[in-house]
Amino acid sequence: MTLWIWLLLACFLAYAWKLVGYLVPARLLEDPRTSRVAGTMTIGLLASLTVVNAVVSGQGLAADARLGALAAAAIALVLRAPFLVVVIAGAGTAALLRTLGWN
Amino acid sequence: MKLLASPAVRVGISISIATGLYGVSFGALAVTSGLNFWQTMALSLLLFSGGSQFAFIGVVAGGGSGIAAMSAATLLGMRNGIYGMQLNALLRPTGWRKYVGAQLTIDESTATSTGQTDPAEQRRGFWTAGVGVYVLWNLFTAVGALAGSGLGDPKQWGLDGAAVAAFLALLWPRLKGREPVAIAVACAVATVVAVPFVPAGVPILVSAVVAAVAGWFSHGRRDEGLEPDVEPYGSHGHSHHHDRRNAPEPSRDPDPEAGA
Repeated sequence: MTLWIWLLLACFLAYAWKLVGYLVPARLLEDPRTSRVAGTMTIGLLASLTVVNAVVSGQGLAADARLGALAAAAIALVLRAPFLVVVIAGAGTAALLRTLGWN
Repeated sequence: MKLLASPAVRVGISISIATGLYGVSFGALAVTSGLNFWQTMALSLLLFSGGSQFAFIGVVAGGGSGIAAMSAATLLGMRNGIYGMQLNALLRPTGWRKYVGAQLTIDESTATSTGQTDPAEQRRGFWTAGVGVYVLWNLFTAVGALAGSGLGDPKQWGLDGAAVAAFLALLWPRLKGREPVAIAVACAVATVVAVPFVPAGVPILVSAVVAAVAGWFSHGRRDEGLEPDVEPYGSHGHSHHHDRRNAPEPSRDPDPEAGA
């Protein structure tokens, strides 16, 4: 139940961000630093989420089939595959490695 | 079929299909990370911002708390505020259009609109991509959520590997140049270092702080990291992005149909 509360709050705050851009005077957000921070934070969060989902297990680090998924996704991206193909490559590699016995 | 003659509408439709389709992966991953069907749909219907939605379920899947998930999603949503400002200057929406347009303000609708030079085309591009992505993203989220919950053990299907791939694919288009790569590496290292010491979900927020500090004190492009997940005009390197994000000046892209 508490997950619902945080989820709906996240939805509300997401809309609030979007609307702020339309309602506040442009000069308040025009500072190049504001848009740079928004951009670098996007990069940082996505990099961190990639790592967490690839090697973190609880409070520790683990090297398992997910590392293979990471490598497969990177190869697919270098070959300019579309998003969905990259995701399928990741899933397929992890599934294959598990069938082969690498947890 | 006069509308289809508009380059912005055609780009908007193709970006809607490309982006909408990957809603399948969001839906499937959301239910396997522990959300139920309606929680998954609430994220796509109400939050509606791919990166933030993936962040929310990525934190939940890693055992993080609801508040950590909300924080990560909200920090990733900040860039939509910057897009809103650009679009407000560009399209000057009034009345209800402002409030509906705000919900449709995401990477793809912003990129489709700001890639056009003619004001009427900019408006058509925004609404076509915004409404198109919204409808298809939600439709395919539902498909993915229903399929995902019928799969049984998600690990057997490599769905945890799919999440890794999805995050790397969201990060990838933003790694243009040395600086974004350096920021990404620094944040990856910060995450690994923080994991043993703080509760699940918090290392991601530590990275957000590292990245924000890097953005505040360095002097790179002002639009660093604001590339869309799926590039509506094809990826022809860098130069394109420079002009595009500096709204309200129209883009100088000579070929608005490139990659359409």
